[in-house]
Amino acid sequence: MLKINNLHVSVGEKPILKGLTLDVPAGEVHAIMGPNGAGKSTLGYALSGRPGYEATEGSVEWAGEDLLELDPAERAAKGVFLSFQYPIEIPGVPALTFVRTALNAQRRARGEEEVAAPAFLKLVREASKALKMDFDMLKRPLNVGFSGGEKKRMEILQMALLEPSLLILDETDSGLDIDALRIVSEGVNALRSPDRAMLVITHYQRLLDYIKPDRVHVLAGGRIVASGGPELALQLEAEGYDKYLPEAA
Amino acid sequence: MTAVSRIDLTDASTFPTRRVEAWKYSDLKRWLREAPPASPQAEVSSPGAFDALGGEAILFANGRAVGVTDFIASGEQTLRLRYVSDAVGTGHTASARVSARAGARLLLLETHEGAGSAYVAHNRLELDVAAGAEVTRVVLVEEPEDAISITEADVRVEAGGVFRQTVVTTGAKLQRLETRVKHFAQGAHAQVDGLYLLNGSRHADLTSVVSHLAADGTTSQLIKGVARETARGVFQGKIVVERGADGTDARMAHNALIASERAEIDAKPELIIYADDVQCAHGNTVGTLDESALFYMQQRGIPADEARALLTQAFLIEVIDRIDHEGAREVAREWLTARL
Repeated sequence: MLKINNLHVSVGEKPILKGLTLDVPAGEVHAIMGPNGAGKSTLGYALSGRPGYEATEGSVEWAGEDLLELDPAERAAKGVFLSFQYPIEIPGVPALTFVRTALNAQRRARGEEEVAAPAFLKLVREASKALKMDFDMLKRPLNVGFSGGEKKRMEILQMALLEPSLLILDETDSGLDIDALRIVSEGVNALRSPDRAMLVITHYQRLLDYIKPDRVHVLAGGRIVASGGPELALQLEAEGYDKYLPEAA
Repeated sequence: MTAVSRIDLTDASTFPTRRVEAWKYSDLKRWLREAPPASPQAEVSSPGAFDALGGEAILFANGRAVGVTDFIASGEQTLRLRYVSDAVGTGHTASARVSARAGARLLLLETHEGAGSAYVAHNRLELDVAAGAEVTRVVLVEEPEDAISITEADVRVEAGGVFRQTVVTTGAKLQRLETRVKHFAQGAHAQVDGLYLLNGSRHADLTSVVSHLAADGTTSQLIKGVARETARGVFQGKIVVERGADGTDARMAHNALIASERAEIDAKPELIIYADDVQCAHGNTVGTLDESALFYMQQRGIPADEARALLTQAFLIEVIDRIDHEGAREVAREWLTARL
């Protein structure tokens, strides 16, 4: 269970999240929707521990741990995975090397045995096939020269291999055409399980046709201002965010 | 050719100060006011980094040759050139001469291996690359943090000859690795690469002067470096294209990372061109590790130190990748990886 209580986060001197409270039980998929500038990406960064996104108040608890006390790599080892809206290019580090380094670092941190190269390659071959990815692409430096869709698939591939328990998807649908969106969504849906929680951050309702949420929350002005079932997403799509903007409140 | 080295360790008046333009960033006189006492004899029992690649050997221990100091390569040969220092507070000079006969292919594997402390080493190499010969020189340098060392190499490349060099160093208290290459006759090729990886308060100075004296020569240079903590990296690359050296193609690049606010990089690329029909280019960048890449890697579970090392290796490895001998390349790669 993810328990966010009264979370305040500032970027530089500027308060972005202003008392956000949210519970996501394991096994559930919650969508975070909201207008531009509401703090959606900030929430993803704050949960994953990006430097510069300082929690000034409140708490975040995941699987009984105080996440705010952990550095980003420790959080990852506890199962936190942020799928980036704009995945970063890492020149000089082949994708395969990167993912294997990450997987084994997480396993070491958890006191588990490292995965040897042959077993790892087998895992990657299966996972990349499911995502219709060209295996040879994984020998290239991570994300360098990848198209927008390839980068997103690469994120989902890492997710499938790292098997996180708290998945945060930041605008995963941006830059995807319909076919890519379907493949990526199938990849995400395959990871749904009773012991995983997912936060799907999105501006548009489109992604939620493919990844069906249990709950939908509206983030505006740094707080959750409304929550509901999947029908809330459809209502937002029809009516827009106007009534949730601070001016209208 | 005789390469006259002006520095004489027994005569302090020959030690340059920073007022000498070419030594502006490596003030030898500041750290070495007086001529150091001569180093005693030393025994060498440790293996060299390139031993597994076999070949012939020239070995200096505290400046004294254990065996020959000269080598002439013909056909295809490998030479391991070891400058070993094991001294405390003393100084020594070693001089080697190597040549590759016409058409020869020589793999010159050089190591500078330092033990002890606060020694002063002066290493010299004269290298002649005859017409159509190919020499690949790979240099690994590891010395104590309080050592001072000056290495000078004079390289003369004849018509159609090829000289490739890759210097890999972790620096010292003051360390200068200077290479002077002369394109002596038509159509020579030189690759003058190097990398420095500096911790603590170490200093490394990669200086090169490549002179195109004849037509149709090509020069390619890639230097990369990382300075951490209060370390200082110096790159001085000069390419001179003399009158008549038409058809010259010379390219120089220096890219460095500053990994701490107190580290320093000094770069002085110079192109001096007296010929008309030439292509020359140089590029110089100094930056820091990409913070968003660091966070991305940590988010996937790679601890910060490991992420930094991986990014640093990825940055530097391009220089190693350009070593054209596979065995030497792999030794250099492992050597570097072990020191990240």
